[in-house]
Amino acid sequence: MQFPILSVIVFLPIAAGLLILLMPAGRKTEIRVTALAASVAAVLLSAWAYLSYDLAAGGYQFIEKVPWLPFLGISYHLGADGMSIPLVLLTGVVMLTGVLISWGVDDRPREFFAFLFILATGVFGVFVSLDLFLLFFFYEIAVFPMYLLISIWGWKVTREYAAMKLTLYLFIGSVFALVGALAMYFQSGLNTFDMLELEKAGFSAGFQQLWFPFVFFGFAVLGGIFPFHNWSPDGHVAAPTAVSMFHAGVLMKLGAFAALRVGIMLLPEGAQYWKWLILGLATVNVVYGAFIAMVQTDFKYVIGFSSVSHMGLVMLGFSTLTKEGMVGAGMQMFSHGVMTALFFAVVGMVYDRAHTRQIPELGGFSRVMPWPAVAFVLGGLVSMGMPGLSGFAAEFPIFMGVWRVQPWVAIFSAIAIVITAAYIIRVIGRVFFGPMPEHFAHGDHAVGDVNVLDKVAIVVICVLMVAIGVYPQIMAPLVESGVQNILRLVGGA
Amino acid sequence: MFVPFDSTMLLAILPEILLVVLAGVVLALDAAWQPEKRRWLGWLTVVGLAVAFILTATVSQPESEPRLLFGGMLRDDWLSFAFRLVFLFGAAITTLFAMDHEALGRKGEFYVLLLVSTLGMNLMASAGDLIMLYLAIETTSIPLYILAGFITTDDKSTEAGFKYLLFGAMTSAVMLYGFSLLYGFSGETNLYLLAGKLGELPMPALLGSLLLVLVGFSFKVSAVPFHFWAPDVYEGAPTPVAGFLSTASKAAGFAVLMRVLLAAFPAALPSWQGLIALLAVVTMTVGNLLALAQTNVKRLLAFSSIAHAGYILIGVVAVNAAGMNLGMASVVFYLIAYLLTNLAAFGAVATFGRVSGSDEMDAYKGLSRRSPALALVMLVAFLSLSGMPPFGGFIAKVFVFAAAVEANWIWLAVIGVLNSIIGLYYYLTLLKYVYLYRQDNLEEEQKPLPISRPYALALVLLVIGIILLGTAFNPWFEWSRTAAASLF
Repeated sequence: MQFPILSVIVFLPIAAGLLILLMPAGRKTEIRVTALAASVAAVLLSAWAYLSYDLAAGGYQFIEKVPWLPFLGISYHLGADGMSIPLVLLTGVVMLTGVLISWGVDDRPREFFAFLFILATGVFGVFVSLDLFLLFFFYEIAVFPMYLLISIWGWKVTREYAAMKLTLYLFIGSVFALVGALAMYFQSGLNTFDMLELEKAGFSAGFQQLWFPFVFFGFAVLGGIFPFHNWSPDGHVAAPTAVSMFHAGVLMKLGAFAALRVGIMLLPEGAQYWKWLILGLATVNVVYGAFIAMVQTDFKYVIGFSSVSHMGLVMLGFSTLTKEGMVGAGMQMFSHGVMTALFFAVVGMVYDRAHTRQIPELGGFSRVMPWPAVAFVLGGLVSMGMPGLSGFAAEFPIFMGVWRVQPWVAIFSAIAIVITAAYIIRVIGRVFFGPMPEHFAHGDHAVGDVNVLDKVAIVVICVLMVAIGVYPQIMAPLVESGVQNILRLVGGA
Repeated sequence: MFVPFDSTMLLAILPEILLVVLAGVVLALDAAWQPEKRRWLGWLTVVGLAVAFILTATVSQPESEPRLLFGGMLRDDWLSFAFRLVFLFGAAITTLFAMDHEALGRKGEFYVLLLVSTLGMNLMASAGDLIMLYLAIETTSIPLYILAGFITTDDKSTEAGFKYLLFGAMTSAVMLYGFSLLYGFSGETNLYLLAGKLGELPMPALLGSLLLVLVGFSFKVSAVPFHFWAPDVYEGAPTPVAGFLSTASKAAGFAVLMRVLLAAFPAALPSWQGLIALLAVVTMTVGNLLALAQTNVKRLLAFSSIAHAGYILIGVVAVNAAGMNLGMASVVFYLIAYLLTNLAAFGAVATFGRVSGSDEMDAYKGLSRRSPALALVMLVAFLSLSGMPPFGGFIAKVFVFAAAVEANWIWLAVIGVLNSIIGLYYYLTLLKYVYLYRQDNLEEEQKPLPISRPYALALVLLVIGIILLGTAFNPWFEWSRTAAASLF
């Protein structure tokens, strides 16, 4: 039997979380070190899985399958393909950087890290589940710690409202998807929740068209699709920094990924039928999200809405059902994941020192914290899709795919790139350059530089963004092999 | 079908015999022991119940074919076996929660009443005859009336006992009327012989008597509109008793409901399915909506337990003998998961209430700082109630909804999932008090919150059980399926 690497990756965080819960609450340093060790291990393991994925063989690898409830055909079935393995790596990276950024959490750090790690287990689990039931199981595990993390450690002004809103939105989405999944299970008559089997169930067109919206939109709520995106900016803003990073960086991908895996892959004809609606909604996401981001005065809300806009690109890529679009969407999930994690990390650093996020009240921060400033500029360029950075490698294929399906949509949604450039440059100019308000420069509230852990986190992310941009081949072939797998089902070109 | 008497039949009622013996021993020692030694009565009861549990599980297993024993009074099958184990477990946990309760712990009669009530539940689960059934229900209920009003110095407890008695007597009278109609129409009291005779009855007569019988059962499972007693009784009764009422007593009600509906009324299957579906919708919706407005944790749990009765009723509706027939199996599974979860919730409330003396939600502010361990137990219990993995409540809900979808009651499943969203809201609200809010007086949070040994033991057992049910669910599910299969 081969080494069960996926199981280890999935259960490492929750095991570390439980270990942390058993430690005395006062031993804060030990708790942090344990959390760091676990996240380093997670990132190394996921990197190892990423590198040892055999591209020539393709398909699902590292498969583990154990019967769980044989009577209903539920099994513990894990496996990763080219679509999911980059997301596993992404989760590892966000977990590590999230822990580094959260070193300063002083209110009950034990519970904070424990809940964060339970969340991480859920996220890893969804990405590698090949059993529909297992996927739901992990999906719900990924959702509920969010509530506690936001409501306990979040921004005092809106945290209760935002946490409850987020949880209810996601729960509503997931229960509708669950009903859809049960319908698929019973309709197939195969008595299995195994997604590889359900792919071959050959559902009738009518069935697929009826149930596709339940499943796809049920999950796409978490992907932030318009008009169900409303929870997301509020949630991002209210969450503590590490949780915002997880949330925008990984959780939204979880929604998009599950919508792809369960919605598009299991009900491909439904996807064909509904793709125009998704295309339309995703376009609204992209353009509307960018416009709303433009008018925000709160630094964090700008980033929150930029996530809505960028996740729209992912959905847009899916809706094309073409190779280019899907590959772009896969790349975009990773690229946006690290980029937005970086953004939220920098926002957190600024807020921790300035205690305000109102853009007009900030200024000149590049002088006191040059590292975050440089990183933010880099991230900004990624989000504009500047060639040579990961954003370009992701967005360009998406627009190619959209062009093939409907050139007008490509042209229209490309407006978003311009608007993105506008709001990003505005934020960079106002926050990091320009004159610094006097009370930040001198006196009791003087702003200092970030610490070394923050710098490490920033550097890790920046290296990834540049590496993929300069040499997309380290990821693109992987994603492509995953997309081949999807297109085989969808029947697109 | 009827088995003539032989001595091995006594083995089938071993748990009941052991309960009677245990009750006798406790009663005798209560008289013999000095007051300061009486705390040991609790441990004695727990150990006795544990022994009964183990013996039942090992030597008292039913034969592969269901049998009607003692002239058809009792039916020996896997359903009654499963439920009897559940009741014994529930009674043991309740005893652990009661041991350090100021007003209950040192009173021998408390344990005796609890044991007698458990005996009644055991008989309810295995009754095969209307007469036996009625006696069993009364044997269960009368001790419970007294237990609910056990704290005579407390007005609320007395009120709870009295209210419970009045409602119980009323509904039981209506149910008895239904039983007598059934007998009058058919000339039979045995549930399994009734079915043949009732098939020839005109539908209105059949449904009329079914409705009367359902009144009694609905009271037992606290289904709307016979739920009015639940909030007041749960609030007033001693917390361990409330926990027992909301779990074991409810489970016994469901055992009876399933058996009677399937054994005696197969002729009216489509009609009662519609009726129960309506009952399920009303019950879960009313329970959940009213729970939203509660500020007292015990009342909240009362309404939540009404809502859960609604979810379970979905499983009862979803009979689909032609297909996989998940319905009744999901009910059994749900009841096991619910019993563990709700006992944990009431146990946490009892632990907290014993020290703080309050069950108001405001008192729970800052609990996670005062006692992280107890807060964690509440987290597990409430997330399981709301149906989150990796806890038993999630699996139970999925099974019930899956059963509904399988039996083509998709609209019912959709109403069920919508209701579980409302449920999530108020469970999270309570967790907000536990984890988020602070006491106005921060010194309150520094006060120690001791968890005595029986509480700790019971809570740990329950939490482990909840997680086991939610992760290693295959054996439990197979067990539920075997139990449910003996109904048909």
